[in-house]
Amino acid sequence: MTETVLQKYKGQLLLTGLVATVLGVAVVMLGFHFWDDIKANVLLYTLVKIVCIVGPLMGAVAYLTFAERKIIGYMQVRIGPNRVGPRGWLQPIADALKLLMKEIVVPTNANRFLFVVAPMLSIAPALAAWAVLPFTDTLVLANIDASLLYVLALTSVGVYGVIIAGWASNSKYAFLGAMRSAAQIVSYEIAMGFALVGVLIAGGSLNLVDIVEAQQGSFLHWFWLPLFPLFLVYFISGVAETNRAPFDVSEGESEIVAGFHVEYSGMAFAVFFLAEYANMILIAALAALMFLGGWLSPFQGILSDQFLSSSGILGTVFGNGVHWLFAKMSVMLLLFLWFRATFPRYRYDQIMRLGWKVFIPITIVWLVVEGAAVILDIGPWFD
Amino acid sequence: MDIERIIFWVFAVILVFAAGRVITVRNPVHAAMHLVLAFFTCAGLWLLLEAEFLAITLVLVYVGAVMVLFLFVVMMLDINMSPLREGFVRYLPLGVIIALVVFSEMFAVVGVKYFGSDVIAIPERHGADYSNVRELGSVLYTDYVYPFEIASVILLVAIIAAIALTMRKRPGTKSQNVAQQVAVKSTDRVRVVKMMSEEKQGSSVRD
Repeated sequence: MTETVLQKYKGQLLLTGLVATVLGVAVVMLGFHFWDDIKANVLLYTLVKIVCIVGPLMGAVAYLTFAERKIIGYMQVRIGPNRVGPRGWLQPIADALKLLMKEIVVPTNANRFLFVVAPMLSIAPALAAWAVLPFTDTLVLANIDASLLYVLALTSVGVYGVIIAGWASNSKYAFLGAMRSAAQIVSYEIAMGFALVGVLIAGGSLNLVDIVEAQQGSFLHWFWLPLFPLFLVYFISGVAETNRAPFDVSEGESEIVAGFHVEYSGMAFAVFFLAEYANMILIAALAALMFLGGWLSPFQGILSDQFLSSSGILGTVFGNGVHWLFAKMSVMLLLFLWFRATFPRYRYDQIMRLGWKVFIPITIVWLVVEGAAVILDIGPWFD
Repeated sequence: MDIERIIFWVFAVILVFAAGRVITVRNPVHAAMHLVLAFFTCAGLWLLLEAEFLAITLVLVYVGAVMVLFLFVVMMLDINMSPLREGFVRYLPLGVIIALVVFSEMFAVVGVKYFGSDVIAIPERHGADYSNVRELGSVLYTDYVYPFEIASVILLVAIIAAIALTMRKRPGTKSQNVAQQVAVKSTDRVRVVKMMSEEKQGSSVRD
Protein backbone atom coordinates (compact mmCIF):
# COMPACT_ATOMS: atom_id res chain seq x y z
CA MET A 1 0.00 0.00 0.00
CA THR A 2 2.51 2.58 1.16
CA GLU A 3 4.92 1.73 -1.63
CA THR A 4 2.33 2.29 -4.30
CA VAL A 5 1.45 5.68 -2.88
CA LEU A 6 5.13 6.50 -2.60
CA GLN A 7 5.75 5.46 -6.20
CA LYS A 8 2.75 7.39 -7.48
CA TYR A 9 3.80 10.69 -5.96
CA LYS A 10 7.56 10.14 -6.14
CA GLY A 11 8.27 13.33 -8.10
CA GLN A 12 6.15 15.61 -5.92
CA LEU A 13 7.49 14.01 -2.76
CA LEU A 14 11.10 14.47 -3.81
CA LEU A 15 10.42 18.10 -4.74
CA THR A 16 8.66 18.78 -1.43
CA GLY A 17 11.46 17.10 0.49
CA LEU A 18 14.07 19.13 -1.37
CA VAL A 19 12.26 22.45 -0.78
CA ALA A 20 11.73 21.58 2.90
CA THR A 21 15.41 20.69 3.32
CA VAL A 22 16.60 23.89 1.63
CA LEU A 23 14.21 26.02 3.72
CA GLY A 24 15.26 24.22 6.89
CA VAL A 25 18.96 24.73 6.18
CA ALA A 26 18.29 28.40 5.35
CA VAL A 27 16.39 28.93 8.62
CA VAL A 28 19.13 27.23 10.66
CA MET A 29 21.85 29.27 8.92
CA LEU A 30 19.93 32.50 9.49
CA GLY A 31 19.54 31.44 13.11
CA PHE A 32 23.30 30.98 13.47
CA HIS A 33 23.97 34.28 11.76
CA PHE A 34 21.70 36.25 14.08
CA TRP A 35 22.45 34.06 17.13
CA ASP A 36 23.48 36.95 19.40
CA ASP A 37 20.33 38.90 18.54
CA ILE A 38 18.16 35.84 19.16
CA LYS A 39 19.84 35.22 22.48
CA ALA A 40 19.20 38.81 23.51
CA ASN A 41 15.49 38.53 22.73
CA VAL A 42 13.84 36.48 25.50
CA LEU A 43 10.78 35.56 23.43
CA LEU A 44 12.76 34.35 20.40
CA TYR A 45 15.29 32.50 22.54
CA THR A 46 12.51 30.67 24.39
CA LEU A 47 10.92 29.80 21.06
CA VAL A 48 14.21 28.28 19.85
CA LYS A 49 14.43 26.24 23.07
CA ILE A 50 10.85 25.00 22.63
CA VAL A 51 11.66 23.89 19.07
CA CYS A 52 14.75 22.10 20.43
CA ILE A 53 12.49 20.10 22.80
CA VAL A 54 9.44 19.49 20.60
CA GLY A 55 11.36 18.56 17.44
CA PRO A 56 13.32 15.64 18.92
CA LEU A 57 10.20 14.65 20.90
CA MET A 58 8.21 14.26 17.68
CA GLY A 59 11.06 12.23 16.20
CA ALA A 60 11.11 10.06 19.29
CA VAL A 61 7.34 9.55 19.02
CA ALA A 62 7.67 8.47 15.37
CA TYR A 63 10.41 5.98 16.14
CA LEU A 64 8.69 4.78 19.31
CA THR A 65 5.86 3.51 17.09
CA PHE A 66 8.48 1.76 14.95
CA ALA A 67 10.18 0.31 18.03
CA GLU A 68 6.82 -0.88 19.32
CA ARG A 69 6.01 -2.75 16.12
CA LYS A 70 9.48 -4.25 15.89
CA ILE A 71 9.78 -5.28 19.55
CA ILE A 72 6.29 -6.74 19.79
CA GLY A 73 7.03 -8.45 16.49
CA TYR A 74 10.14 -10.11 17.89
CA MET A 75 8.26 -11.05 21.07
CA GLN A 76 5.69 -12.83 18.91
CA VAL A 77 8.37 -14.43 16.68
CA ARG A 78 7.57 -12.19 13.73
CA ILE A 79 9.88 -9.80 11.94
CA GLY A 80 7.74 -6.67 12.03
CA PRO A 81 7.83 -3.90 9.41
CA ASN A 82 10.87 -4.41 7.17
CA ARG A 83 9.86 -3.15 3.71
CA VAL A 84 10.27 0.64 3.68
CA GLY A 85 13.90 1.67 3.69
CA PRO A 86 16.79 -0.41 5.05
CA ARG A 87 15.36 -2.94 7.56
CA GLY A 88 12.16 -0.91 7.70
CA TRP A 89 13.75 2.19 9.21
CA LEU A 90 11.71 4.59 7.05
CA GLN A 91 8.38 3.00 8.06
CA PRO A 92 7.29 5.82 10.46
CA ILE A 93 7.97 8.43 7.75
CA ALA A 94 5.94 6.46 5.22
CA ASP A 95 3.12 6.16 7.77
CA ALA A 96 3.18 9.90 8.45
CA LEU A 97 3.07 10.66 4.70
CA LYS A 98 0.16 8.29 4.21
CA LEU A 99 -1.80 9.89 7.05
CA LEU A 100 -1.02 13.38 5.76
CA MET A 101 -2.46 12.57 2.35
CA LYS A 102 -5.67 11.00 3.62
CA GLU A 103 -8.94 12.86 3.71
CA ILE A 104 -10.41 13.93 7.05
CA VAL A 105 -14.04 12.83 7.06
CA VAL A 106 -16.40 14.68 9.40
CA PRO A 107 -19.41 12.49 10.21
CA THR A 108 -22.97 13.70 9.56
CA ASN A 109 -24.46 15.68 12.43
CA ALA A 110 -21.09 15.76 14.17
CA ASN A 111 -20.26 18.92 16.03
CA ARG A 112 -17.77 20.21 13.50
CA PHE A 113 -15.91 22.70 15.69
CA LEU A 114 -15.43 20.38 18.67
CA PHE A 115 -14.63 17.49 16.32
CA VAL A 116 -11.66 19.42 14.93
CA VAL A 117 -10.62 20.89 18.28
CA ALA A 118 -10.56 17.54 20.13
CA PRO A 119 -7.21 16.26 18.74
CA MET A 120 -5.60 19.61 19.59
CA LEU A 121 -6.99 19.43 23.15
CA SER A 122 -5.40 16.04 23.36
CA ILE A 123 -1.89 16.92 22.17
CA ALA A 124 -1.51 20.42 23.66
CA PRO A 125 -1.21 19.27 27.32
CA ALA A 126 1.05 16.38 26.29
CA LEU A 127 3.50 18.87 24.80
CA ALA A 128 3.04 21.68 27.33
CA ALA A 129 4.02 19.42 30.22
CA TRP A 130 7.53 19.15 28.74
CA ALA A 131 8.11 22.83 29.56
CA VAL A 132 9.07 22.04 33.15
CA LEU A 133 10.82 18.69 32.72
CA PRO A 134 14.51 19.02 33.61
CA PHE A 135 17.03 17.08 31.49
CA THR A 136 19.94 17.93 33.78
CA ASP A 137 20.18 20.32 36.73
CA THR A 138 20.86 23.21 34.35
CA LEU A 139 19.20 22.02 31.13
CA VAL A 140 15.57 22.91 31.81
CA LEU A 141 13.24 25.24 29.93
CA ALA A 142 11.32 26.59 32.94
CA ASN A 143 12.66 25.72 36.37
CA ILE A 144 9.51 26.68 38.27
CA ASP A 145 8.86 25.98 41.92
CA ALA A 146 5.66 23.98 41.58
CA SER A 147 6.70 21.98 38.53
CA LEU A 148 5.41 18.64 39.85
CA LEU A 149 1.99 20.18 40.47
CA TYR A 150 2.06 21.75 37.01
CA VAL A 151 2.76 18.39 35.37
CA LEU A 152 -0.03 16.74 37.37
CA ALA A 153 -2.48 19.50 36.38
CA LEU A 154 -1.61 19.24 32.69
CA THR A 155 -1.76 15.45 32.50
CA SER A 156 -5.23 15.62 34.05
CA VAL A 157 -6.35 18.06 31.35
CA GLY A 158 -5.45 15.62 28.55
CA VAL A 159 -8.68 13.65 29.10
CA TYR A 160 -10.71 16.47 27.52
CA GLY A 161 -9.46 15.56 24.06
CA VAL A 162 -10.82 12.03 24.50
CA ILE A 163 -14.17 13.09 25.98
CA ILE A 164 -14.81 15.82 23.42
CA ALA A 165 -13.78 13.54 20.54
CA GLY A 166 -16.22 10.89 21.71
CA TRP A 167 -19.07 13.32 22.14
CA ALA A 168 -18.52 15.40 19.00
CA SER A 169 -18.26 12.36 16.72
CA ASN A 170 -21.99 11.64 17.04
CA SER A 171 -21.25 7.93 17.17
CA LYS A 172 -22.23 5.39 19.82
CA TYR A 173 -18.92 3.55 19.80
CA ALA A 174 -16.96 6.77 20.16
CA PHE A 175 -19.23 7.94 22.96
CA LEU A 176 -18.86 4.69 24.87
CA GLY A 177 -15.09 4.91 24.53
CA ALA A 178 -15.10 8.49 25.81
CA MET A 179 -17.23 7.60 28.84
CA ARG A 180 -15.00 4.67 29.74
CA SER A 181 -11.89 6.78 29.38
CA ALA A 182 -13.26 9.65 31.47
CA ALA A 183 -14.19 7.40 34.39
CA GLN A 184 -10.92 5.52 34.19
CA ILE A 185 -8.66 8.57 34.09
CA VAL A 186 -10.48 10.33 36.94
CA SER A 187 -10.14 7.17 39.07
CA TYR A 188 -6.45 6.58 38.44
CA GLU A 189 -5.56 10.23 38.85
CA ILE A 190 -6.26 9.96 42.58
CA ALA A 191 -3.82 7.07 43.04
CA MET A 192 -1.28 8.88 40.88
CA GLY A 193 -1.65 12.07 42.92
CA PHE A 194 -1.14 10.18 46.18
CA ALA A 195 1.98 8.52 44.76
CA LEU A 196 3.33 11.97 43.90
CA VAL A 197 2.57 13.16 47.45
CA GLY A 198 4.92 10.42 48.64
CA VAL A 199 7.61 11.67 46.26
CA LEU A 200 7.32 15.24 47.42
CA ILE A 201 7.51 14.21 51.08
CA ALA A 202 10.72 12.28 50.34
CA GLY A 203 12.16 15.00 48.10
CA GLY A 204 11.03 17.86 50.32
CA SER A 205 10.09 19.95 47.32
CA LEU A 206 7.64 20.33 44.45
CA ASN A 207 10.49 21.28 42.12
CA LEU A 208 11.61 18.42 39.88
CA VAL A 209 15.27 19.52 39.93
CA ASP A 210 15.28 19.49 43.74
CA ILE A 211 13.56 16.09 43.78
CA VAL A 212 16.32 14.59 41.63
CA GLU A 213 19.02 16.31 43.69
CA ALA A 214 17.50 14.77 46.83
CA GLN A 215 18.24 11.30 45.39
CA GLN A 216 22.02 11.86 45.34
CA GLY A 217 24.20 9.14 46.82
CA SER A 218 23.93 5.81 45.07
CA PHE A 219 21.27 3.93 43.18
CA LEU A 220 20.03 2.70 46.55
CA HIS A 221 19.28 6.33 47.45
CA TRP A 222 16.94 6.72 44.49
CA PHE A 223 13.32 6.85 45.59
CA TRP A 224 12.35 3.55 43.98
CA LEU A 225 13.60 1.72 47.04
CA PRO A 226 12.02 3.63 49.95
CA LEU A 227 8.89 4.33 47.89
CA PHE A 228 8.66 0.99 46.10
CA PRO A 229 4.86 0.51 46.41
CA LEU A 230 4.32 4.10 45.25
CA PHE A 231 6.66 3.52 42.30
CA LEU A 232 4.58 0.52 41.20
CA VAL A 233 1.30 2.37 41.73
CA TYR A 234 2.59 5.42 39.88
CA PHE A 235 3.80 3.52 36.84
CA ILE A 236 0.73 1.30 36.54
CA SER A 237 -1.52 4.36 36.96
CA GLY A 238 0.58 6.02 34.27
CA VAL A 239 -0.17 3.12 31.92
CA ALA A 240 -3.86 3.52 32.74
CA GLU A 241 -3.74 7.31 32.27
CA THR A 242 -2.25 6.97 28.80
CA ASN A 243 -4.95 4.43 27.85
CA ARG A 244 -2.34 1.84 26.98
CA ALA A 245 -2.77 -1.93 27.11
CA PRO A 246 -3.86 -3.62 29.37
CA PHE A 247 -5.99 -0.60 30.33
CA ASP A 248 -7.03 0.38 26.79
CA VAL A 249 -10.77 -0.25 27.21
CA SER A 250 -11.45 3.22 25.74
CA GLU A 251 -10.26 1.79 22.42
CA GLY A 252 -11.35 -1.80 23.06
CA GLU A 253 -11.19 -3.16 19.51
CA SER A 254 -13.19 -6.29 20.27
CA GLU A 255 -16.09 -4.39 21.82
CA ILE A 256 -16.27 -0.84 20.50
CA VAL A 257 -14.19 -0.96 17.29
CA ALA A 258 -11.68 1.81 18.07
CA GLY A 259 -13.40 3.72 20.83
CA PHE A 260 -13.18 7.49 20.95
CA HIS A 261 -11.25 7.91 17.68
CA VAL A 262 -13.33 5.54 15.56
CA GLU A 263 -14.62 8.42 13.38
CA TYR A 264 -11.24 10.08 12.92
CA SER A 265 -9.13 9.65 9.83
CA GLY A 266 -5.99 11.10 8.31
CA MET A 267 -4.05 13.74 10.22
CA ALA A 268 -6.76 14.18 12.89
CA PHE A 269 -6.28 10.53 13.86
CA ALA A 270 -2.50 10.93 13.66
CA VAL A 271 -2.64 13.76 16.21
CA PHE A 272 -4.39 11.45 18.73
CA PHE A 273 -1.72 8.89 18.00
CA LEU A 274 1.05 11.46 18.57
CA ALA A 275 -0.56 12.56 21.83
CA GLU A 276 -0.74 8.99 23.13
CA TYR A 277 2.92 8.32 22.45
CA ALA A 278 4.05 11.75 23.69
CA ASN A 279 2.17 10.99 26.91
CA MET A 280 3.91 7.62 27.18
CA ILE A 281 7.30 9.29 26.88
CA LEU A 282 6.22 11.89 29.44
CA ILE A 283 5.16 9.25 31.98
CA ALA A 284 8.45 7.40 31.38
CA ALA A 285 10.43 10.61 31.90
CA LEU A 286 8.53 11.45 35.10
CA ALA A 287 9.04 7.94 36.48
CA ALA A 288 12.77 8.22 35.68
CA LEU A 289 13.03 11.65 37.33
CA MET A 290 11.02 10.92 40.46
CA PHE A 291 11.93 7.33 41.25
CA LEU A 292 15.07 6.42 39.28
CA GLY A 293 17.29 9.40 39.95
CA GLY A 294 16.82 11.20 36.61
CA TRP A 295 20.20 12.20 35.24
CA LEU A 296 22.15 10.79 38.21
CA SER A 297 24.65 8.10 37.33
CA PRO A 298 24.02 4.60 38.74
CA PHE A 299 27.78 4.38 39.38
CA GLN A 300 27.53 7.07 42.07
CA GLY A 301 28.76 5.61 45.33
CA ILE A 302 30.46 2.71 43.51
CA LEU A 303 33.14 4.60 41.56
CA SER A 304 34.91 7.55 43.16
CA ASP A 305 33.36 11.02 42.86
CA GLN A 306 36.65 12.33 41.52
CA PHE A 307 36.53 9.89 38.59
CA LEU A 308 32.84 10.56 37.90
CA SER A 309 33.29 14.32 37.73
CA SER A 310 36.50 14.17 35.65
CA SER A 311 36.30 15.74 32.23
CA GLY A 312 37.57 12.85 30.12
CA ILE A 313 35.44 10.57 27.95
CA LEU A 314 35.13 7.91 30.67
CA GLY A 315 34.16 10.54 33.25
CA THR A 316 31.47 11.90 30.92
CA VAL A 317 30.08 8.46 30.15
CA PHE A 318 30.04 7.15 33.72
CA GLY A 319 29.26 10.50 35.39
CA ASN A 320 25.91 12.22 35.73
CA GLY A 321 24.41 13.34 32.48
CA VAL A 322 21.39 13.51 30.25
CA HIS A 323 22.27 10.14 28.69
CA TRP A 324 21.38 8.38 31.94
CA LEU A 325 17.96 10.03 31.90
CA PHE A 326 17.40 8.84 28.33
CA ALA A 327 18.56 5.33 29.21
CA LYS A 328 16.13 5.14 32.15
CA MET A 329 13.32 6.51 30.00
CA SER A 330 14.05 3.86 27.37
CA VAL A 331 13.77 1.10 29.96
CA MET A 332 10.42 2.44 31.15
CA LEU A 333 9.19 2.72 27.55
CA LEU A 334 10.26 -0.87 26.92
CA LEU A 335 8.05 -1.83 29.86
CA PHE A 336 5.09 -0.09 28.17
CA LEU A 337 5.65 -2.19 25.04
CA TRP A 338 6.27 -5.33 27.05
CA PHE A 339 2.97 -4.91 28.92
CA ARG A 340 1.15 -4.57 25.63
CA ALA A 341 2.69 -7.77 24.26
CA THR A 342 2.10 -9.71 27.47
CA PHE A 343 -1.17 -8.90 29.21
CA PRO A 344 -4.74 -9.42 28.02
CA ARG A 345 -7.04 -6.43 28.37
CA TYR A 346 -8.61 -5.86 31.78
CA ARG A 347 -12.34 -6.15 32.13
CA TYR A 348 -13.84 -2.75 32.93
CA ASP A 349 -15.09 -3.50 36.45
CA GLN A 350 -11.70 -5.02 37.29
CA ILE A 351 -9.99 -1.79 36.22
CA MET A 352 -12.23 0.18 38.56
CA ARG A 353 -11.65 -2.28 41.38
CA LEU A 354 -7.88 -2.09 40.93
CA GLY A 355 -7.90 1.71 40.95
CA TRP A 356 -10.23 2.33 43.86
CA LYS A 357 -9.90 -0.71 46.09
CA VAL A 358 -6.25 -1.67 45.65
CA PHE A 359 -4.12 1.31 44.59
CA ILE A 360 -5.65 4.06 46.71
CA PRO A 361 -5.44 2.03 49.98
CA ILE A 362 -1.83 1.03 49.14
CA THR A 363 -0.79 4.64 48.61
CA ILE A 364 -2.51 5.84 51.80
CA VAL A 365 -0.88 3.09 53.88
CA TRP A 366 2.54 3.83 52.41
CA LEU A 367 2.12 7.56 53.06
CA VAL A 368 1.57 6.76 56.74
CA VAL A 369 4.64 4.47 56.75
CA GLU A 370 6.69 7.16 55.04
CA GLY A 371 5.50 9.83 57.46
CA ALA A 372 6.60 7.64 60.37
CA ALA A 373 9.97 7.04 58.67
CA VAL A 374 10.47 10.80 58.23
CA ILE A 375 9.63 11.54 61.87
CA LEU A 376 11.89 8.72 63.14
CA ASP A 377 14.72 9.78 60.77
CA ILE A 378 15.16 6.34 59.28
CA GLY A 379 18.32 6.42 57.17
CA PRO A 380 19.76 6.60 54.63
CA TRP A 381 16.74 8.19 52.92
CA PHE A 382 14.93 10.20 55.57
CA ASP A 383 17.73 11.53 57.77
CA MET B 1 0.85 49.84 28.43
CA ASP B 2 3.22 47.21 29.77
CA ILE B 3 3.02 43.53 28.83
CA GLU B 4 1.51 42.54 32.16
CA ARG B 5 -1.43 44.85 31.67
CA ILE B 6 -1.98 43.56 28.12
CA ILE B 7 -2.01 39.98 29.42
CA PHE B 8 -4.43 41.00 32.16
CA TRP B 9 -6.87 42.57 29.72
CA VAL B 10 -6.70 39.63 27.32
CA PHE B 11 -7.41 37.18 30.12
CA ALA B 12 -10.09 39.40 31.68
CA VAL B 13 -11.98 39.83 28.40
CA ILE B 14 -11.88 36.09 27.67
CA LEU B 15 -12.94 35.32 31.25
CA VAL B 16 -15.98 37.60 31.17
CA PHE B 17 -16.94 36.39 27.69
CA ALA B 18 -16.64 32.71 28.66
CA ALA B 19 -18.53 33.22 31.94
CA GLY B 20 -21.33 34.95 30.04
CA ARG B 21 -21.49 32.16 27.47
CA VAL B 22 -21.84 29.57 30.24
CA ILE B 23 -25.35 30.86 31.00
CA THR B 24 -26.38 32.04 27.52
CA VAL B 25 -25.31 29.16 25.28
CA ARG B 26 -28.02 26.62 24.40
CA ASN B 27 -26.05 23.39 24.37
CA PRO B 28 -25.15 22.19 27.90
CA VAL B 29 -21.89 20.59 26.69
CA HIS B 30 -20.84 23.90 25.16
CA ALA B 31 -21.72 25.61 28.44
CA ALA B 32 -19.49 23.19 30.34
CA MET B 33 -16.63 23.77 27.91
CA HIS B 34 -17.00 27.54 28.34
CA LEU B 35 -16.80 27.03 32.09
CA VAL B 36 -13.53 25.15 31.54
CA LEU B 37 -12.26 28.11 29.51
CA ALA B 38 -13.32 30.45 32.31
CA PHE B 39 -11.37 28.38 34.86
CA PHE B 40 -8.28 28.41 32.66
CA THR B 41 -8.29 32.17 32.15
CA CYS B 42 -9.00 32.68 35.83
CA ALA B 43 -5.93 30.55 36.61
CA GLY B 44 -3.97 32.83 34.25
CA LEU B 45 -5.13 35.89 36.20
CA TRP B 46 -4.13 34.26 39.48
CA LEU B 47 -0.68 33.60 38.03
CA LEU B 48 -0.40 37.33 37.37
CA LEU B 49 -1.19 37.88 41.07
CA GLU B 50 1.78 35.59 41.97
CA ALA B 51 -0.57 32.95 43.36
CA GLU B 52 0.88 30.13 41.27
CA PHE B 53 -0.06 27.40 43.73
CA LEU B 54 -3.72 28.39 43.71
CA ALA B 55 -3.69 28.82 39.94
CA ILE B 56 -2.29 25.35 39.27
CA THR B 57 -4.58 23.82 41.90
CA LEU B 58 -7.56 25.48 40.23
CA VAL B 59 -6.66 23.77 36.95
CA LEU B 60 -5.88 20.47 38.69
CA VAL B 61 -9.03 20.26 40.80
CA TYR B 62 -11.69 22.10 38.85
CA VAL B 63 -10.61 21.54 35.24
CA GLY B 64 -8.98 18.15 35.74
CA ALA B 65 -11.53 16.50 37.99
CA VAL B 66 -14.73 18.46 38.72
CA MET B 67 -15.47 19.54 35.17
CA VAL B 68 -14.68 16.10 33.77
CA LEU B 69 -17.40 14.68 36.02
CA PHE B 70 -19.71 17.55 35.03
CA LEU B 71 -19.17 16.80 31.35
CA PHE B 72 -19.67 13.13 32.08
CA VAL B 73 -23.11 13.80 33.59
CA VAL B 74 -24.14 16.46 31.08
CA MET B 75 -23.30 14.21 28.14
CA MET B 76 -25.26 11.31 29.59
CA LEU B 77 -28.40 13.36 30.27
CA ASP B 78 -30.67 14.13 27.39
CA ILE B 79 -31.56 17.66 28.44
CA ASN B 80 -34.14 19.60 26.50
CA MET B 81 -33.26 23.18 27.25
CA SER B 82 -36.42 24.96 26.02
CA PRO B 83 -38.71 24.05 28.97
CA LEU B 84 -35.97 25.19 31.32
CA ARG B 85 -36.07 28.65 29.80
CA GLU B 86 -39.85 29.10 29.95
CA GLY B 87 -40.27 31.35 32.98
CA PHE B 88 -37.30 33.57 32.11
CA VAL B 89 -39.20 36.87 31.71
CA ARG B 90 -41.49 36.18 34.65
CA TYR B 91 -38.62 35.63 37.07
CA LEU B 92 -36.38 38.34 35.62
CA PRO B 93 -37.38 41.17 38.06
CA LEU B 94 -36.85 38.91 41.07
CA GLY B 95 -33.49 37.81 39.68
CA VAL B 96 -32.40 41.42 39.17
CA ILE B 97 -33.37 42.32 42.74
CA ILE B 98 -31.44 39.38 44.17
CA ALA B 99 -28.42 40.23 42.03
CA LEU B 100 -28.52 43.84 43.28
CA VAL B 101 -28.74 42.71 46.92
CA VAL B 102 -25.81 40.31 46.49
CA PHE B 103 -23.78 42.99 44.73
CA SER B 104 -24.41 45.59 47.42
CA GLU B 105 -23.53 43.11 50.15
CA MET B 106 -20.27 42.25 48.45
CA PHE B 107 -19.54 45.93 47.89
CA ALA B 108 -20.12 46.64 51.56
CA VAL B 109 -17.69 43.91 52.63
CA VAL B 110 -14.93 44.02 50.04
CA GLY B 111 -15.48 47.61 48.85
CA VAL B 112 -13.14 50.57 48.88
CA LYS B 113 -13.91 51.27 52.53
CA TYR B 114 -11.93 48.27 53.79
CA PHE B 115 -9.80 47.26 50.84
CA GLY B 116 -9.03 50.59 49.17
CA SER B 117 -5.44 51.49 48.34
CA ASP B 118 -5.40 54.09 51.16
CA VAL B 119 -6.38 51.43 53.74
CA ILE B 120 -4.18 48.54 52.60
CA ALA B 121 -0.73 49.11 51.17
CA ILE B 122 -0.22 48.01 47.56
CA PRO B 123 1.38 44.55 47.68
CA GLU B 124 4.98 44.59 46.58
CA ARG B 125 6.48 42.39 43.90
CA HIS B 126 8.39 39.39 45.17
CA GLY B 127 11.66 38.22 43.66
CA ALA B 128 12.10 35.13 41.53
CA ASP B 129 13.21 33.08 44.56
CA TYR B 130 9.93 33.72 46.41
CA SER B 131 8.03 30.46 46.84
CA ASN B 132 4.29 30.81 47.04
CA VAL B 133 3.94 27.09 47.77
CA ARG B 134 6.27 27.18 50.76
CA GLU B 135 4.60 30.27 52.25
CA LEU B 136 1.15 28.75 51.89
CA GLY B 137 2.26 25.45 53.37
CA SER B 138 3.96 27.00 56.36
CA VAL B 139 0.92 29.14 57.20
CA LEU B 140 -1.59 26.35 56.58
CA TYR B 141 0.19 23.82 58.78
CA THR B 142 1.18 26.14 61.65
CA ASP B 143 -1.17 29.08 62.28
CA TYR B 144 -4.27 27.56 60.71
CA VAL B 145 -3.66 23.88 61.34
CA TYR B 146 -6.84 23.30 63.40
CA PRO B 147 -9.28 25.05 61.03
CA PHE B 148 -7.58 23.20 58.16
CA GLU B 149 -7.90 19.80 59.82
CA ILE B 150 -11.49 20.44 60.89
CA ALA B 151 -12.44 21.48 57.36
CA SER B 152 -10.91 18.32 55.91
CA VAL B 153 -12.69 16.11 58.46
CA ILE B 154 -16.01 17.79 57.59
CA LEU B 155 -15.34 17.08 53.90
CA LEU B 156 -14.53 13.46 54.70
CA VAL B 157 -17.78 13.13 56.65
CA ALA B 158 -19.67 14.63 53.72
CA ILE B 159 -18.13 12.13 51.29
CA ILE B 160 -18.92 9.15 53.51
CA ALA B 161 -22.46 10.42 54.14
CA ALA B 162 -23.08 10.89 50.42
CA ILE B 163 -21.88 7.37 49.67
CA ALA B 164 -23.85 5.87 52.56
CA LEU B 165 -27.04 7.65 51.44
CA THR B 166 -26.81 6.53 47.83
CA MET B 167 -25.44 3.04 48.29
CA ARG B 168 -28.06 0.37 47.75
CA LYS B 169 -27.32 -3.29 48.22
CA ARG B 170 -29.16 -5.20 45.56
CA PRO B 171 -29.70 -8.83 46.49
CA GLY B 172 -28.87 -11.47 43.94
CA THR B 173 -26.10 -9.64 42.06
CA LYS B 174 -23.20 -11.77 40.97
CA SER B 175 -19.85 -10.31 41.94
CA GLN B 176 -16.47 -11.90 42.24
CA ASN B 177 -14.55 -12.44 45.42
CA VAL B 178 -11.02 -11.84 44.20
CA ALA B 179 -9.37 -13.21 47.34
CA GLN B 180 -11.25 -16.45 46.85
CA GLN B 181 -10.29 -16.57 43.18
CA VAL B 182 -6.63 -16.08 43.97
CA ALA B 183 -6.65 -18.63 46.79
CA VAL B 184 -8.12 -21.37 44.63
CA LYS B 185 -5.92 -24.43 43.92
CA SER B 186 -5.93 -26.71 40.93
CA THR B 187 -7.07 -29.63 43.09
CA ASP B 188 -10.30 -27.72 43.95
CA ARG B 189 -11.30 -27.42 40.33
CA VAL B 190 -9.85 -30.38 38.40
CA ARG B 191 -10.06 -34.04 39.38
CA VAL B 192 -7.55 -36.25 37.54
CA VAL B 193 -8.89 -39.77 37.08
CA LYS B 194 -6.39 -42.47 36.20
CA MET B 195 -7.73 -45.38 34.16
CA MET B 196 -6.72 -47.89 31.53
CA SER B 197 -7.38 -46.94 27.92
CA GLU B 198 -10.42 -48.66 26.45
CA GLU B 199 -10.30 -50.69 23.30
CA LYS B 200 -12.13 -49.38 20.28
CA GLN B 201 -15.48 -51.13 19.90
CA GLY B 202 -16.29 -53.24 16.84
CA SER B 203 -13.16 -53.55 14.74
CA SER B 204 -9.80 -54.63 16.10
CA VAL B 205 -6.89 -52.15 16.25
CA ARG B 206 -4.62 -52.36 13.18
CA ASP B 207 -1.09 -50.92 13.21
